[in-house]
Amino acid sequence: MSLTDEQLERYSRHIILKDVGIEGQEKILNGKVLIIGAGGLGAPIALYLAAAGVGTIGIVDGDLVDRTNLQRQVIHFTPDIGKPKVISAKEKIKEINPDIKVNTYQYLASAENISDLIKGYDFIIDGTDNFAAKFLINDACVMAGKPFSHGGILRFDGQTLTHTPGNACYRCVFKEPPPKDAVPTCSQAGVLGAIAGMLGTIQAAETLKFFIGKGELLVNRLLIFNALDMTFRNVTLKRDLNCPVCGQKPSITALTDYEQAACDLKGQR
Amino acid sequence: MGLDIKKSINLHNISCPMNFVKTKAALAELQQGELLEVLLDEGEAILNVPRSLKDEGHQVINVENLGETFKVIIKKG
Repeated sequence: MSLTDEQLERYSRHIILKDVGIEGQEKILNGKVLIIGAGGLGAPIALYLAAAGVGTIGIVDGDLVDRTNLQRQVIHFTPDIGKPKVISAKEKIKEINPDIKVNTYQYLASAENISDLIKGYDFIIDGTDNFAAKFLINDACVMAGKPFSHGGILRFDGQTLTHTPGNACYRCVFKEPPPKDAVPTCSQAGVLGAIAGMLGTIQAAETLKFFIGKGELLVNRLLIFNALDMTFRNVTLKRDLNCPVCGQKPSITALTDYEQAACDLKGQR
Repeated sequence: MGLDIKKSINLHNISCPMNFVKTKAALAELQQGELLEVLLDEGEAILNVPRSLKDEGHQVINVENLGETFKVIIKKG
């Protein structure tokens, strides 16, 4: 693969970097990423990965753009209200970078479809807003040996970790979803719009680091921030050999859908 | 000098940082130890590009002042 003059210009600020260079940019261009959720996290992730030149971007989301999304889901614009989020996202990606191949999946990721969804991708990104999906993505990726980025935001807080095979998974830390209604969702608790950008861009940077193979991923680490205090914390994680999904004797060997709070399913019913 | 130049690029009138980007692209096509000849403008280009290349582990073998431009021989590191 030889980059065109247009590509050398477009990606010049990457290529100049010693840790990216031509080789790293080529790896990014050959990369295939699946973003699950085209909301607060998925929006900046998709925008930055498109701009960075990630060759194939898949987007999974069954929702339509709603006026309440616009405060933080920066890939969707006011005229997009009522449009499928995956279509709205694809249109912006194509405008930023026409070279990107975009695959859209206009439905909710579920135990039934997730293994097929992740199959053709190198790296999976959790940009969902509910625990059921987060555990589903974790379990499916662990079972398929796929690396992924977990991300979650609420109010002024964000957390993210990167999983690669053989290292701590989300379930090593959080054993199972909290009881339904024990934890408020974004729609109940609120979220500062900008923290979606803060966390999503961290996930995008992790994805690019994964492809160029430089630096230290957030593997065996959980990054937590609070934007009110503007404090960032790294919590060291250890793979749990008794983890029900990635442990030595896993008790979870098939994917299941956890029940979600009904308000998470707006537009899905 | 009898140097075995593998590739030669003319970056006259190509400004920073695209001259560096194009040099990196040319070097990417060479094997380690092979030589690249680059024509760079005086001023910013000749000040910055060889320095950046050294930072990335390449060797600047020879610099020849041609007046408006400089002919630089780089060994891929």
